[in-house]
Order: sequence, then C-alpha cells, then structure tokens
Amino acid sequence: MERFTVKAIQNMLSDKQINAAELFDLYSSRITDYDQSFNAFITSDVEPNVEYITDDKNQESLSDAALTGIPYAAKDIFCTQGIRTTCGSKMLENFIPPYDATVIKNLKQQGAVLLGKTNMDEFAMGSSNETSYFGSVHNPWDRERTPGGSSGGSAAAVAAGLAPIALGTDTGGSIRQPAAFTGITGLKPTYGRCSRYGMVAFASSLDQAGILALSAEDTAIFLESMAGFDPLDSTSVEESVPQYSQYLEENIKGKIIGLPKEFFDGSLASPYEALVAESIDSYKKLGIVFKEISLPNIGYSVPTYYVVAPAECSSNLARYDGVRFGYHSKNIEDLDEFYRTNRQIGFGEEVKRRIITGTYVLSAGYYDAYYLKAQKVRQLINQDFERAFESVDIILGPTTQTSAFKLGEKVDDPVSMYMNDIYTISSNLAGLPAISHPIGFVQGLPYGLQLIAPHFKEHDLLNLTHQYQKVTDWHQMMPKLSMSSESNN
Amino acid sequence: MHWETVIGLEIHVQLACDSKIFSSASTVYGKEQNTQASLIDLGYPGVLPVLNKEAVMMAIKFGLAVEAEIADLSIFARKNYFYPDLPKGYQISQYELPIVSHGQLAITLDDGTDKIIGITRAHLEEDAGKSIHDKFSDTTAIDLNRAGTPLLEIVSEPELSSAKEAILYMQKIHQLVRYLKISDGNMQEGSFRCDANVSLKPKENTRLGTRAEIKNINSFRFVESAINFEVDRQKEILEQGGSVVQETRLYDSDAKETRSMRTKEEANDYRYFPDPDLLPVKIDKGIIEKITASLPELFDKKVDRYVSTLSIKRVDAIEIAKNIELAEYFEDALNTYNGNPQLLANWMLTEVMAILNKDKIEIANLSITAQSLSQLIQRIDDGTISSTIAKNIFSQLIESKMDVDELIKEQGLEQISDTTEIEQIVITVLKEHQEQKDQYLAGKEQVLGFLIGKVMQKTQGKANPKLVNDLMVKILSNN
Repeated sequence: MERFTVKAIQNMLSDKQINAAELFDLYSSRITDYDQSFNAFITSDVEPNVEYITDDKNQESLSDAALTGIPYAAKDIFCTQGIRTTCGSKMLENFIPPYDATVIKNLKQQGAVLLGKTNMDEFAMGSSNETSYFGSVHNPWDRERTPGGSSGGSAAAVAAGLAPIALGTDTGGSIRQPAAFTGITGLKPTYGRCSRYGMVAFASSLDQAGILALSAEDTAIFLESMAGFDPLDSTSVEESVPQYSQYLEENIKGKIIGLPKEFFDGSLASPYEALVAESIDSYKKLGIVFKEISLPNIGYSVPTYYVVAPAECSSNLARYDGVRFGYHSKNIEDLDEFYRTNRQIGFGEEVKRRIITGTYVLSAGYYDAYYLKAQKVRQLINQDFERAFESVDIILGPTTQTSAFKLGEKVDDPVSMYMNDIYTISSNLAGLPAISHPIGFVQGLPYGLQLIAPHFKEHDLLNLTHQYQKVTDWHQMMPKLSMSSESNN
Repeated sequence: MHWETVIGLEIHVQLACDSKIFSSASTVYGKEQNTQASLIDLGYPGVLPVLNKEAVMMAIKFGLAVEAEIADLSIFARKNYFYPDLPKGYQISQYELPIVSHGQLAITLDDGTDKIIGITRAHLEEDAGKSIHDKFSDTTAIDLNRAGTPLLEIVSEPELSSAKEAILYMQKIHQLVRYLKISDGNMQEGSFRCDANVSLKPKENTRLGTRAEIKNINSFRFVESAINFEVDRQKEILEQGGSVVQETRLYDSDAKETRSMRTKEEANDYRYFPDPDLLPVKIDKGIIEKITASLPELFDKKVDRYVSTLSIKRVDAIEIAKNIELAEYFEDALNTYNGNPQLLANWMLTEVMAILNKDKIEIANLSITAQSLSQLIQRIDDGTISSTIAKNIFSQLIESKMDVDELIKEQGLEQISDTTEIEQIVITVLKEHQEQKDQYLAGKEQVLGFLIGKVMQKTQGKANPKLVNDLMVKILSNN
C-alpha cells in the first residue's frame, strides 16, 4: 500500500489517473480493511460529497477551488452537518450537528471530500487517546502503543495511509504530540488563525484547529483553504491568509533559531537528544544560525495550563446536562439528581477530573490563588516569548520527552500523563504557531522536533520544515500495515 | 427603637434590540415556543457568541444619561450555574469592569425636594429562557425564546429609604429608558423587572443590617407591597431580639407576602471568570462623543422648556412629559399649530387622555394624527368652529380618518357668527319661552343659561356662544 500526499493526489487528479469518486472509494476501502487494527475512526460510513464536486451546476464555483476531490479526515470534535459528532464521549454518542464547523465549510467550499471522523480523547482531554469512549487508538508503528492524543485518530489515520491528511485540534499539544508519535507533520496555527466556530470547545482560550499531514507542503496547501477570519468567532483574527505554499521555497539561509536552555536542560534521554542534535546539524547545513536563549518562566507552563484549561472546560462542558442533548437518564424526579446522574454516566474519568479541578480553581476564595495567578503567569510566559523573538526568528525544541509509550502505561497516573505536554503547552498559552516534524527513530518508533514561531508566522514554520524535508526522508517512512484480523479470515 | 429602612434596587431592563445580544435570532415577544432561539441561544456544542453592538450603544446611552463613567475597556464574564432554562450552564454577564459605573439619578420626593440616588453600575447580560411549570401536569416545559435577549442590569446604591422612594426611583428609571428608546419598558412582558435588597438598621448605626433580596418583582405595585411586607417582617424579627437571615426571597403577589427561596448557605457560587469566547469591549472617545451628541432631551429639561418657552402650566407640562410618546405626539401637533400651546396641552390632557383611558390604548395606536388634532384646535382659534363642535369632530375622527376641514365643510359645522342670523334666532327663542324671559326680566338671571342653551340647540351648537350671550343680554335689556 502506498501513502499518497495531497500534492501527489492533486497531480493524479489533474492527470486524470483517478477521479474524486474513485479516490473516495480507495480510502474508504482502506479504512474498512485496516482500521479495525487501529480504531482511528469513530465514524467512517459517511456519504461522500463527491456528488457535490461532480455536479455540473457546482463546476463554476469549483473552478477556482484548491482542493477539489482531495479526501481528508476530521477529528470528531468538528461539527459536521448530518454526520454524528461525538467528541469521543458517551455524552455526545448520538449527537448529529445541524451545521458545519467553519473550517469544515471552508474545506467543503474548496472541494475537499470528508472521509470520516477520527477518534480522539474524550473532549480532547488526554495525551494518549485512551480517554475516548470509543476505545483507544493503536499506533500504526506498534499496535501496543499509543498514537498520542488527543488527536490520536487523525495521526494514526494519516500515518497508516487511511487518509492523506487530517484535521486535529491542539489545546496543549494535541496535534504536535501525536504527529511526533506517529512520524508525521503536525501544525498548530496561531490562536485566532482558524475559526473555532463549530469546534466543540474544551478550553476556549487555548483551542486551535490544525493539520496532521505527511509533509509541510501538504500542510501549507490545506491551511490556505482552512484558515481565515470568521465573523462567527470573535477571537478569530482579521488578518489576511498568505498563500503558504508560495513560501515553501523561500531562502532560509541566515535565519536565526533560538534554543531555549530550559528545553535543553539535560532531562532528555540520550537517544532523543542525539536525534535533536542531528536535526540541528541538518538545519545548520541549510544555513540556519543557532543561538541559545532563555524562557525563564516556561517551567510554569504545565501547572498554569492545568489551572486555565480545566477552569474553562468546567464551564464549557456545563451545557452537557442531559436537558437538551447529551446522555439523558430516565425516571429521575429530582433535578439535581438528574444532573448528577447524567454527568456521572455521560462523562469519563479524565473529563470529570478536569471539571472538578476547574470548578475548584474558579470557586470563591480560590479564584485569586489559582485562576488569577495562572493568568498572570500566562502573561509572563507570553513576555518570555516576546522577548525571545526580538532576537530569533524561530524557537526549536523537542516535541515530546520520548517516543510513543505503551497503551495503559500512564493511564492511572494523570500527573505523568500531563507531563507529556511539557514542551508543547507553552505555545498554546502564548497563542503561538508551532509545528512538529519527524526527525528519526528510536527503537523503531518515530520521534519529532518542534519549531515555534511568532504570531501569524506559520509560513516560516512551513518554509523551514519543507526545506528540512527536502533533504531528509524521515517524513516518508511508513509503518508496515497488515490487514485487520477479521478481513484476513 | 427607631429603625431605618435601607433599600437598593437591581433593575433588569430588556433592551429594544431587534436581535439577541450574542446571536442573530429575533427578540420579538410572544412567538411560538422555541421558535426564536438559534443554535447559539440553544447552547449547541461548538457555537460561539458574537456581541451585538447595538446593545453596547444602548448601554452607553443609558450611562451617559445618568452621568456615569463609561468604561473604555469592559469585560464579559461567565456566571456559572445549572438550571434547565439556562442552555449553556452559564449566563454571559459582566462582573469586573462593567460597561457603566458611578452614575446618579435624582428623584423628586413628595415635598418637592430632589434626592440623588447613586447608580453603582449598569452591566450588559443575556436573559435566560423560561421554565413553564403550569402547562403540563407533571413536567416542566422550557421555552428558550427569551434566552439571549439583551438585558441591562442597573444596580442602585443602597440609598432608598422607603418603598415610596423605591417606586419613585424605579419609575424614573422606567421613564428614562423609554425616553432613551432603549427599552419598551413593558412590565407585563417582563421587559422591566426588579430585585430589591432590603435591610433595616438602628438609626444611629452607620453599618448596614443583614439584607434579604426579593427576586423578580414585575410591577410598581408589587415592589411597594413586597418592600412594605419585608420591612414589617424584618422589624418584627429585630424587635423581638432576633436577627435577619441573609437570603433570597420570592414575592407572592396573591398572598402579598415574601417567602424564603434560599439562604446564603444554599446560594450558588457562580464562579465568575472572563468569557474567553469574547474579546474585551473597547469603547473609544469618538463613540462616546457621537452618542452624547445624539442624546434626546430628557424629562426634566423637557418640562422646563414647556414651562419657560411654551408657557404651559408646570403641572400640565409634567403630565405630558411623563410619557415620552405623549410628549412626542404633543410636539408633533405643536409643529403645525400657531395658537396658544396651553390650549393644545389642555386638549391633550382632557380629550386625548380620556380616549386613551377609555379605550385602554397607547398614544401610538390613536387613530387621530397629531396634525389633525392641531388642525382641529386651529379651527377653534380662528373661530371656524366652537369648542363643542370641535369635541364632536374629535369623536368622529376617532371613528374614521378624515380631513378636519373637509369634515367641517361637508357637515356644515362652521360656526354661525352672523349677527343678524343669531339675532333672529334669539328673538324666536325669547318668543317661544315667554315665561323664562319674564323671570329674567324680574331679576332671575340664572335663566339666561337656559335661554342661551335653547339658541345653541336650535343651531346644533354652531352659533358662536359669545355672540349669542352678548346678543341675548342686549335684546333682553332693550325690553
């Protein structure tokens, strides 16, 4: 089986080697044949909108469309009109949105074809995809291991070739960490770059939609269509969207990358350190200048995040009370009991843990000590980055501390699970764009590197990554797949 | 012991925006249940609020009218609590940094003196939906049409010292929001409702007593009765040596009493925090200047102007200006009227008010236009018709739309001011009523009215009454 990039598919389509309907069928049958091994999709029996792109009357509006016929998968956090959107939760097991999220709409208008909705940690809360009500996702490189989370289904689907590209969301590393664990490229854009409208909210001030892809080039192609100001999202930014793919070949010689000493404090195990050093060498060969910098408050990122994110989530998830939608228990007379039962049964453990944490930090008497203080620290972290970007163009660090860990390994140890996001969380707190791209393997498992840029400099991230990917082939490495047991029989 | 009553009011005013505060759904009242709620009002997964700028403008307008500070940076916060008619599980409101703060409003007490009441703050928020408990026997129904309706919550300082003052303040706010056209103030529809914080303290104490908050009172009368009940209740507790419990109480308008709803211990911890879905609202000086320039003439100024430049009696000026629609109608009529404004004012307060009260309608629904009224009175002034005839025409105009002059002409209602013609009728009447004539001549002057009435009767009221009077006296004295 061959993994096709978006770029390759565009060429195949324009050469008429294949048409949109055939492409959809190709990927649909891959999902049918292989996904039982990975559980990457929650919903894959979707009606293709291939008809939309083949219908004569839509040809005019599609003549300029950038993604006509390109199949893609979307994390099950994006509302899709008429297609079940579970957010990985029992609470939304049967929720069929009556509307499309803005990013889904944007892609539809550009002719992209939705293959299905991918598995995820419940309400995007998790780093291993094990909190999903629909079961864990298996890493295509090793079925015993996690693909990471919360966008684990999207990462596994792209790594395994079940979708050429997929949408994810990143609140604390949920795109970059799974991308690193599955050997693909994952971009979290600037906060406000892509509309959050129609994305089921976890932590509103941190959530951002992004892309998991086989290359920086594919990411650029998709981001062009997906990003942009949305009047329906007050926090989206009215900033024009560059043609990212035009920046890929920009000269990167002389660009300055900062290496925060806090990321290189010796805590990284040597095989990973070696891979990072090797990739730094590759960048040096491309003419990049490196400089040591300091982000003094970055050490507070994880605790800050685990105050802010649960606080927002405790409020965002209050609507799932079983009155209008969500799990709804029967035959309960007392209102409080009704709420309690619905939420006790409808939510999983991790979601409940965060709701309780968030409720606590916002409570009278604790607000100042936790929430307010966290917001202040967040400001300090912001300032650290601002100061750093006065002297460097990009900041580099590992994406994760290790490669993919085993399923079940950390599931009972939330704090160790939370430490997974130690390198990724700060860019969410500061709203910065960041990308993870593969840089090699440790014991057969892919590992990734993270680049962080100033606000709205996604093109720099894509430019650098593309140049790196032109001289390396880590991103082309593909796991060996076997048909799932049932289809083998 | 002498107890002093301390009252603070929180008035919730529904703003007259066409669409909701965070969605584009309509705010029209009384539509079929759950037909005016968008996905945003329903709190669907993934939806986001977008602030209605009109609501912000209205809040600024109010702030400027009460001489308040308008925040250059204002923040929306989430007030978190669970209730079935609160779809998101939180209400978007304002907590720290409300849009309006430190305002004031003068109320005029019965003795004619003014008392300044401080306005602590006024903030924007969304209304919740409605829980309907009495429609189905064992189920509560939810109507979310009201969810997301823009509200301005106006919080007073605890500076009102009686139910009477509370009513005066509430009426003044009611009048103000209607003057500013930021609310229809319709209390039956819940567009204007109030929570009252009531406490008592010994006169010599400066520290406030423990308060009870009476929720959701939706008429002036109920506010008065609820506060009076509450004052008596607290006084009784305190005089027996007990202490008032801090709690939320509900007013039962049937029983005319307040009842405990929840105590402080049972109160929700609302866990306010800035809403991350909404950016801080920045209000620049330019907007404030623009709104300041567009502020209408308010009640006090209007009354003063009526008195000083139109020479209308103060009591009448107040009566007309009380209701902005009435005042606007009056001013409309005045625009095309050349006579004495007091005459127009008299008509407003007698004939016009009588119709409004009789038909229980608002002036907006009166079938006589301001122009017709002005034309009608103009015809009295220029002697074309008598005021009796004018009242007759006024009644006809209510029934059907017609031009005043055409109607006068068509029905031949012009006043008879022809001396010879009236003289003839006077002579006829005197002939027909020899007895009364003799009585008059014998010194019983009261019969003059009877005789004049007969002349008016013969002319269907068209004779110029002054002329009739003069001629009658003249002819009788010649006898």
